[in-house]
Amino acid sequence: MNNTPKSSFKHILTAAFIAVLATFSVSAFAEETAEHHETKTETKFDAGKMIIEHISDAHDWHILGEGEHAVSLPLPVILYSNRGFDCFLSNKFEHGHAAYNGYKLEEQHVVAVNEAGEVDEEATASIIDISITKNVATLLFSVTCLLWIFLSVANAYKRNPNKTPSGMQSFVEPLIIFIRDEVAKPSIGKKYEKFVPYLLTVFFLILFNNLLGLIPIMPGGANLSGNIAFTMVLALITFVITTINGTKHYWHHVFAMPGVPKAVLIILTPIEILGVFLKPFVLMIRLFANMTAGHIIALSFFAMIFIFGEMSAGAGLGVSVVSVAFTVFMGLLELLVAFLQAYVFTLLSAMYFGSALEEGHH
Amino acid sequence: MELVKPAIGLIFWMCVTFSILLFILTKFAWKPILAMIKEREQTIENSLNEANKARAEMSQLVAKNEELLNLAKEERNKILHEAKEAAEKVKTDIVARAQKEAEEKIQMSFREIEIQKKAAIAEIKNSVGLMALEIAEKVIRKELKGNSEQVEYVNKLAKESNLN
Repeated sequence: MNNTPKSSFKHILTAAFIAVLATFSVSAFAEETAEHHETKTETKFDAGKMIIEHISDAHDWHILGEGEHAVSLPLPVILYSNRGFDCFLSNKFEHGHAAYNGYKLEEQHVVAVNEAGEVDEEATASIIDISITKNVATLLFSVTCLLWIFLSVANAYKRNPNKTPSGMQSFVEPLIIFIRDEVAKPSIGKKYEKFVPYLLTVFFLILFNNLLGLIPIMPGGANLSGNIAFTMVLALITFVITTINGTKHYWHHVFAMPGVPKAVLIILTPIEILGVFLKPFVLMIRLFANMTAGHIIALSFFAMIFIFGEMSAGAGLGVSVVSVAFTVFMGLLELLVAFLQAYVFTLLSAMYFGSALEEGHH
Repeated sequence: MELVKPAIGLIFWMCVTFSILLFILTKFAWKPILAMIKEREQTIENSLNEANKARAEMSQLVAKNEELLNLAKEERNKILHEAKEAAEKVKTDIVARAQKEAEEKIQMSFREIEIQKKAAIAEIKNSVGLMALEIAEKVIRKELKGNSEQVEYVNKLAKESNLN
């Protein structure tokens, strides 16, 4: 607020103190794990496995701790297979060490086992796993939060109509107006109003989950918006809306681009048809790849601490300073990416709607 | 490969929760919020338009007032001028009439005097003639009895001594 040299010096000092504290806590953790690994050489640190574990789904919500001492929130497992329905809490699996009701957890996947404890391939193939996994729990959590936020904001609008926005309203309103005026209106055109609710829902769901993904501990920690199933469903809905709303003009352009010779159409039409499916596919991949890549990079920097820590404690300590600095930098970048990707997904959806709605003007 | 394999469970839950989220938010959040924002924007726009209109009207009114004032001033000046002129005219008229009347009265008086004078003179003449005749009669009766030459001479004298 005040830019006197004294106060800015104080800010720098505070930042430096936090950085040093974070570095030491991380390096201490690194040393501890390094020692831990020395005694048990068979559990050597595997960076790739750790990263994949962090960005993939899980049947429990990890809170803190490592390996045997991990504290996590058990989540309900809901299964349907040729053996029928089954529903129980994931702590029955004891992190993959125990079988329960003929099911076992293998690499975070539920597999069916027989009495002898061997994997039953036929039953495993028939499993439909609709468990409340970490990602589903995050999804439910974020949906609850979004409902709470926007219903209360809607109430605020109803309580004082035609007043200046206050509190949460003043944070959300610019985003809503931005989506309406800068995304929907120019991309879709005259009939934009019909699509604004979907665009707003998608934008805020993606943004909220992107931001939630940046929080390393509960209720964050899941990589929902970087999960391909999540982006697939959203891209699919965009595809469905685009297809339903496609005008004659749009389909005419897809199947027989006007003003193009018949010979060229033989090549062009398959490309155009492919394009119809490619558009949502790219939408799916872009969000998935961006969010997952961000998590992988941040985790890689942390993994470096442990890799060097395994060599020597000093190296781990040295690298941790650089790693923390880079992770902070990545965190800030990811904050930007969180907004950017939510915006890009919404904007591209709006543009696809716009192209589907376009009427012939020549 | 694990990463790019969409899990059926998440797809299922995503479809269910997203549909619910979209439905509830559209019905209870987006529609009222967007309507309210639109309404507010319109209110603001209307207010601005009205303010502009009021300002224009105000300036128009001021201009009109000034015009009216100027007109009133002109009217007043005109009236004053006319009144002055009328007053002047009335004054000159009255004076002229008075003068004329005075003149006429004087003239009349002169004429009267003239007439009176003439009458008086004629009377005096008559009286003098008679008196002279009487005197002359008496004289002549006394001194010249029946001298016609002398009577004639007296008459002649009386005629000559015209009193004009």
